[in-house]
Amino acid sequence: MTDQEILAGLAEIIDEIAGVPADEVTPDKNFVEDLDIDSLSMVEIAVAAQDKFGVEIPDEQLKDLKTVQDVINFVSKNS
Amino acid sequence: MNGARILAFGGYQPDKVVTNDDLAKFVDTNDEWIRSRVGIASRRIAADDETVTDMAEVAGAKALAASGLTPESIDLVIVATCTPEVPIPNVASSVAYRLGITAPGAYDLNAACAGFSYAIGAASDSVRAGSARHVLVIGAEKLSSWLDWTDRSTCIIFADGAGAAVVGPAPDGEPSGIGPVVWGSAGDMAERITITGRTGALRQDGQAVFRWATTALAPVALEACTRAGVTPADISAFVPHQANLRIIEAIARKLGIPRERVADDIVHSGNTSSASIPLALSWMAEQGRLQPGTPALLLGFGAGLCYAAQVITVP
Repeated sequence: MTDQEILAGLAEIIDEIAGVPADEVTPDKNFVEDLDIDSLSMVEIAVAAQDKFGVEIPDEQLKDLKTVQDVINFVSKNS
Repeated sequence: MNGARILAFGGYQPDKVVTNDDLAKFVDTNDEWIRSRVGIASRRIAADDETVTDMAEVAGAKALAASGLTPESIDLVIVATCTPEVPIPNVASSVAYRLGITAPGAYDLNAACAGFSYAIGAASDSVRAGSARHVLVIGAEKLSSWLDWTDRSTCIIFADGAGAAVVGPAPDGEPSGIGPVVWGSAGDMAERITITGRTGALRQDGQAVFRWATTALAPVALEACTRAGVTPADISAFVPHQANLRIIEAIARKLGIPRERVADDIVHSGNTSSASIPLALSWMAEQGRLQPGTPALLLGFGAGLCYAAQVITVP
């Protein structure tokens, strides 16, 4: 899976769960500050990401994933 | 085997309304945060001298009156509760006595927030097996007695109240109005929601419970639909335990049940544990939001972690 594919999949998930338009989801965006996504939505996104990418993101790791790029890196490294 | 069905609902809430602004006066929180994270605007809190038995009695009396049955017709009383004032006597025997129900079978059932769905399952099975004819099922809680009012992650969520249902036999030749209960537990996660010690307070690992609830429960609800011979599209009302509006919405989204069919009593009632499902049902019935004769999906879940779901026919 390329970073671009992960980004596209992630944008789709974020649109569905948090209602953020896919084109706003770019690698540099911070979930809390830029996309207004809170910790509970992050849990939902992590669960959806697991279904989509087959990569489990435990709660302990989740709190360190601050930006879209952080998630792309995590998925890329663990898939 | 003959069927069982629900005949009527009843609900009771204490008079005292506590708003988010009221809470913000003594704990570091605010209205916007509470509404966006858990979906609660206000909740009801019992008076100091108001007991679980008192609340259960009023809800039980309302359901009994709505059913049109006399107290003598009830031969089993089940009270789902995890917050009785004392371990013995149980709540069920006292409530039965106060309601004039003569010498029924009477027991309390603790499956925490899943208690009402467990109790409806037990009541239905008792009626169908012939060990009871009419059952009064009550969910009643006084969570406010077990809260740490300085813990902003829990004291904003939980509340007090009671809800009840009367279960009886389905008319001869008609299908059962209570589908098979799909129940279970995840004891490996028991430590995620606890009250320890006699003077302890409720503690919860909110994030872990949120993750579990938004992943493990939709399949349970689906299984309950399948076993009742319906699909989520057939469900006229989805009444999950009123734990957190975000959990409710996530499960409803997974099931594909539109928002207008989903109970959202939590907004003004908070999380009343085993009382939340029957409370929501009784208010929805009063507001004309339930369509008699149609299938409604109940889903209880909470400490244990325990969970249970079933499809009922709206009385």
